[in-house]
Amino acid sequence: MQSERAGSGGSPGSGSAGGSADGRDAIERCRYILRLADTSLVLGQRLGEWVGHAPALEEDLGLANISLDLIGQARLLLTHAGEVEGAGRDEDQLAFLRDGSDYCNLTLAEQPNGDFGRTIVRQFLIDAWQLEIYEWLQQSKDTRLAEVAAKALKETRYHLRYSAEWLIRLGDGTEESQRRVQQALDELWPFTQELFVADALDEDMAASGIASPLAQLQPRWSARIDEVLREATLQRPADTDYPWHGKRGQHGEHLGYLLAEMQHMQRAYPGAKW
Amino acid sequence: MVTAAAAADRREQALWQVLETVMDPEIPVLSVVDLGIIRHVRETGPAAVEVGVSPTYSGCPATEVIRADVERALRADGFQQVVVRDVLSPPWTSDWISERGREKLRRYGIAPPEKAVSSPSGLRARAPVACPRCGSEQTERISEFGSTPCKAHYRCTACAEPFDHFKCI
Repeated sequence: MQSERAGSGGSPGSGSAGGSADGRDAIERCRYILRLADTSLVLGQRLGEWVGHAPALEEDLGLANISLDLIGQARLLLTHAGEVEGAGRDEDQLAFLRDGSDYCNLTLAEQPNGDFGRTIVRQFLIDAWQLEIYEWLQQSKDTRLAEVAAKALKETRYHLRYSAEWLIRLGDGTEESQRRVQQALDELWPFTQELFVADALDEDMAASGIASPLAQLQPRWSARIDEVLREATLQRPADTDYPWHGKRGQHGEHLGYLLAEMQHMQRAYPGAKW
Repeated sequence: MVTAAAAADRREQALWQVLETVMDPEIPVLSVVDLGIIRHVRETGPAAVEVGVSPTYSGCPATEVIRADVERALRADGFQQVVVRDVLSPPWTSDWISERGREKLRRYGIAPPEKAVSSPSGLRARAPVACPRCGSEQTERISEFGSTPCKAHYRCTACAEPFDHFKCI
């Protein structure tokens, strides 16, 4: 296995990018792009687990298509992250040869699918987040990131339309469907704290015009969530403290199983081509 | 000079004609030119050509097949060096499907996309989609997602036929 040191700039294995101030900037920016990429990749992989198991053929196709979009977005972002890092890692190396502690996805994205309603709740919360993030990133000083965001935004719009419509149908549906999505919402809500609480990396990226100040996006996200929850006759849970820091590489046990499945082929047969 | 420019124009026209023969693998009546994904094509040297291609959807598996088909068609036309460049910006929109392409879609049984791109404020607004078989606007959406990323699944309540709708993005 290769030495994996993303985010620890200046180590001997990280190529010419380490050392200088420019090199440190590049490694930070790479790490930020990986947060976006990994969130899309992990969520796309989760949705892929539904293929052949969704409650109806239409939803099977729907979830598979959203999964494809997310994995496509992840590929563009991973490729860009690798180029920014400048250590010669391509999308496949970044996807298949990093361990869990190097993955920087939001903790919410790795939560298990549960039933269809729980998958929809998770999807809705992240779709609404990606909509705000990508909309802002169109003006990022990282022009490639801005291009990828403009493309991803178009897709995120109809992902959100799909998840919001289903959430309303299930919330304002039968007693049983409402009970289940409300429970899923209560359980997943604490993970949403991580979406808008900025750490040092988020703040650095905002200061250099690469990313949005996260706090600035929160009210729009929150308003959209409220609007849909109201129509879905669901109760917005109270905010809580959050001990989850997936974007900093601290994950629960779920991510390990997901990566074991996703990475198995490349780990078992390194360099194998399709 | 004028004749040199005219000759270059003619050569570029010929390149576009070659690309007209490359069909979308999922919708084989539609060429990549009709689809509006060819952003530029130019000769870059003797027997060398560069083509800019935009993906329709980030994750569309047809994209790689299309790239390979474009390269094969230009090689068959005598170019030894073919560079297919990925052009992401500005992002492809269904508005770029040609009028001819829309007509081909309709005849193939796929309702073409409407012309306005969806805005975030109109998240749940939906324009009526006419049935490609009988023309009625009495249609209902069965699913936003169909057999490929670009299509949604509809049903006509007038003639009772199910049909695909090429989504508007």
